[in-house]
Amino acid sequence: MANVPDNLHYSKDHEWLRVEGDTAVIGITDHAQEQLGDVVYVELPREGEEFIAHDSFGSVESVKAVSEIFTPIAGKISETNDSLNDEPEKVNKDPYGDGWMIKMKMTNPGEVDSMLTAAEYEDFTKAEE
Amino acid sequence: MLAEIGVASTEKLFDSIPENLRLHGHLNVPAAMSELELLNRFEEMGTRNQAAQRTSFLGGGAYSHYSPTIVDHLISRSEFFTAYTPYQPEISQGTLQAIFEFQTLVCQLTGMDIANASMYDGSTAMAEAVLMAERVTRRRKVIVSSAVHPQYLEVAHTYVQHAGIELQTADIDPASGQTPASAFDAIDDQTAAIVIQSPNFFGCLEDIAALADKAHEAGALLVVTVTEAMSFGLLKSPGACGADIVVAEGQSFGVPLSYGGPYVGLFATRDKYARQIPGRLVGEAYDQQGRRGFVLTLATREQHIRREKATSNICTNEGLIALCATIYLETMGRHGIQDVAKQCAQKAHYAAREIGKISGCSLPYSGPFFNEFVVRASTEAVPLLDKLAREKGIDGGIALSRFDANRPNDFLVCVTETNTRAQIDGLVEGLRALTR
Amino acid sequence: MSSNITKVTTHINPNEQLIFERSQEGRAGYSLPPLDVDESSLDEIIPSEFQRDDDLAGMPEVTEVDVVRHFTRISTWNYSIDQGMYPLGSCTMKYNSRLNEKVARIANFANLHPLASEAESQGALQVIYELQQHLAEITGLPGISLQPAAGAHGEMTGIMIVRAFIDARDGKEASARRRTMLIPDSAHGTNPASAHLSGFTVKTIRSTAAGLTDLDHLRELCAHGDVAGLMLTNPNTLGMFEKNIQEICRIVHDAGGLVYMDGANMNALVGVARPGDMGVDVIHLNLHKTFSTPHGGGGPGSGPCCCVKELEPFLPVPRVVRTDEVYALDFNCPQSIGRVKAFFGNYGMMLRALAYILTHGFDGLLEATQAAVLNARYIAHGLMPDYEKPFDGDPMHEVVFTDKRQSRKGVHTLDIAKRLIDYGFHPMTIYFPLIVSGAMLIEPTESVGRQELDQFIEAMRSIAQEAVADPELVLNAPHTTRIGRLDEAAAARKPVLRWKPAAAPGAAATGSSAG
Repeated sequence: MANVPDNLHYSKDHEWLRVEGDTAVIGITDHAQEQLGDVVYVELPREGEEFIAHDSFGSVESVKAVSEIFTPIAGKISETNDSLNDEPEKVNKDPYGDGWMIKMKMTNPGEVDSMLTAAEYEDFTKAEE
Repeated sequence: MLAEIGVASTEKLFDSIPENLRLHGHLNVPAAMSELELLNRFEEMGTRNQAAQRTSFLGGGAYSHYSPTIVDHLISRSEFFTAYTPYQPEISQGTLQAIFEFQTLVCQLTGMDIANASMYDGSTAMAEAVLMAERVTRRRKVIVSSAVHPQYLEVAHTYVQHAGIELQTADIDPASGQTPASAFDAIDDQTAAIVIQSPNFFGCLEDIAALADKAHEAGALLVVTVTEAMSFGLLKSPGACGADIVVAEGQSFGVPLSYGGPYVGLFATRDKYARQIPGRLVGEAYDQQGRRGFVLTLATREQHIRREKATSNICTNEGLIALCATIYLETMGRHGIQDVAKQCAQKAHYAAREIGKISGCSLPYSGPFFNEFVVRASTEAVPLLDKLAREKGIDGGIALSRFDANRPNDFLVCVTETNTRAQIDGLVEGLRALTR
Repeated sequence: MSSNITKVTTHINPNEQLIFERSQEGRAGYSLPPLDVDESSLDEIIPSEFQRDDDLAGMPEVTEVDVVRHFTRISTWNYSIDQGMYPLGSCTMKYNSRLNEKVARIANFANLHPLASEAESQGALQVIYELQQHLAEITGLPGISLQPAAGAHGEMTGIMIVRAFIDARDGKEASARRRTMLIPDSAHGTNPASAHLSGFTVKTIRSTAAGLTDLDHLRELCAHGDVAGLMLTNPNTLGMFEKNIQEICRIVHDAGGLVYMDGANMNALVGVARPGDMGVDVIHLNLHKTFSTPHGGGGPGSGPCCCVKELEPFLPVPRVVRTDEVYALDFNCPQSIGRVKAFFGNYGMMLRALAYILTHGFDGLLEATQAAVLNARYIAHGLMPDYEKPFDGDPMHEVVFTDKRQSRKGVHTLDIAKRLIDYGFHPMTIYFPLIVSGAMLIEPTESVGRQELDQFIEAMRSIAQEAVADPELVLNAPHTTRIGRLDEAAAARKPVLRWKPAAAPGAAATGSSAG
């Protein structure tokens, strides 16, 4: 059973988001990494790049699949987890911790409210199966 | 069998095809031939390829080199030539290891970090290099030397016509036959790459290092194309000169001329562009017992996974021809490649010197060359070469008027290790006699 | 069996290293005649700044015997058609005739330079011309180019022709509003990749529950007025004939688009039905599938592009034509999409394909098609008791199954495929087409006799039983190969794509090369 921590916000594209002041930390969920299999490469944006909600900001590759990753909210990249270049397996081992992908300065923090709660996300993934 | 699966007749196997689409007569192709008849038929057609039997000094993108006997024997092993693409690595280690060796050899020859498992040929490899430069730099302009093989240029135009990439040309210096850095002065911050060929179509060596600097100053890539791969045996590698992508035609490495194909495209680049390279890649891998094997890797670049966002649409490439080149290179080895290259250069320069002495012939370009050079005759090249063939039994070169109507008297001569002194002297004498 | 026999792990064959690891300084495998012209100093003929200065360090130095043993040994690690069936769906792994190999090696063809004069290459041009004629007859499409070097290359060519035709018919502005290419969800990955090269955006068209193109969805998508064409495989990648093909072509044509057919599955149609008669405008063929040219471990292939008369002007240049008894190259093709490859294409494969057609003749070609379909049907019948067949329709030359029953026990398609290796077969195509979960696409071709088909069915039956009774056996397969399943994730994370010489003492040895 995939892990769905309570204190995070979720998207239907299987990203999680944690608010830290005016910054959002974003990654992919445990369910997503399970579906992908062993992650071999993560393509991340550059610092300073700006996105609107639902823009694709990068991609995650396993041996036989590649998935785009979408930002649930608008913002500007303040930091990227470059350690994923050498250790992409962090996404599999600790998707909500060491496997974080980007930090964004939120353009419109209110957008977080339209995201799914842990319970809603859990229901969503069950329905998808 | 039909009975067992409950089908009344062979006809009924095709019931899902609408009646009005079913052929009711037989195909209008010949009746079956026995082996003997078939061979006779092809042998007969072969007799009308007189050019195949003649002493040849033809180059221009396809080269006569000697292929050691074991090369064809080994690629004729059915385990190699009837094998499928190595998607199931456990039962394809022969193919995979051979490709890994091929990739390594291509890196060594080109002086680059990574090479793929092959492209269709040099021309499509060059076109794909242009597309890759656009992907890497996100810029849309590419400047190509006019001394690149004309057919390669045509292919590049075909490939970029809907890609939003603009191809511009840079002219050669008519005295040296080389493309000077100044010819690329139009380079700016919208230029993805400079593309050159060295030795170029006219046989002249380009100053790769200078052009690498020119490209890099503007933030562009340098793509170097090589049609005569044997030149790698003698000339400084494009990688050592600063090239970013090197593409080549590998046909010189033991691959028969075979009227233009199948050949093999070499494609090599720097480590940092690994995920942008087109084509298949074979990498080292280990099993649970720690045994080393090889496997197709970084497949997420490719069409079967990334589909329309793939680095290329290429699937089947030139596997067996890459194997042919691999076996050739390993048989000739480190010193053999250099020796063959030296012989090509020595014989070509001998021929050029002797031809230069003929009053009716001159060598228009002053730039250094490897094994091809342009001769300017006092008379039109097409009828001259025609007579040389019919009267002296020698194919003396390629008339440049076939590619450029403004060069009626010029022809391209290529000399390789397969041309004996007697043949070269015969060429010289023939030209002397016919240009009197 | 004596229990005193100790298993040997250092047998030379399975432990053959890379050639670079066998290399010994001073060894040579070649001979060259001595230089017979006056020798100049190298610096005189090639200025020193252009010369190589690394002495090709790192390139192997081995003897001829080393090379022969090296490749002979590693060749034994490969499965190949000569050993047995490749039930690979959509690959058509039929027998690669040795006669075709002999034909391709006839000196007057093998030694012919592509820039030799037309007058003295008449035999070579005749081969191209005749093959063109036969392929036109087989497909019912008169326009042909043999220039593309592989199926994907032929696809690119065909789609560029569609684009050129629409540009010419509608003008650039109107054509710019017609940039959608419809591609089924079951299509081969090269299809959307090729469409992209011609500046098209791809829209996916759904399949019905029966696995065929959804006509309603097709009508809906065509109604937008922006459809340039539809790319279809027929029979489709599920092995089923698109019985509504004529209606499909009508719908697309009425909407102003063209129909492209991926000819990968022609092995079900040769001599029975022709794409040209179905309303298809342009197709590509795979000589390395339907026409038996060898796969070579990944090529060379050849992907002729065939089209209707109206599309002929757009074919690649030059074209091979005949006037009276003389063959010639026609460069006067102002509307051509251009050249797609230097010279004429993979000529050696054309020789082989022509030999294949002439060896079979009209009778043999039809028989091959009939046998190919019968064999696939027989396998479908034999596997149905043990495996889930997702579609009820009768398959043609290939059939698709899923791992639905086995996956309940935790055994998946990949595991079944790997276990099949232990039975001496190459696995079938797996996880394609994408619309079938855990797809196993099986195509025996006509080159398999009943005995071998029965052995294959028996092996699959046995694996189905193992999946229930002893799943570990299947999950850890293969057990009988030189190496087991490789860690592909690790290989992709830290790719090592070439051999490197060990660094100087004290430094790290063969390191990673990318990433």
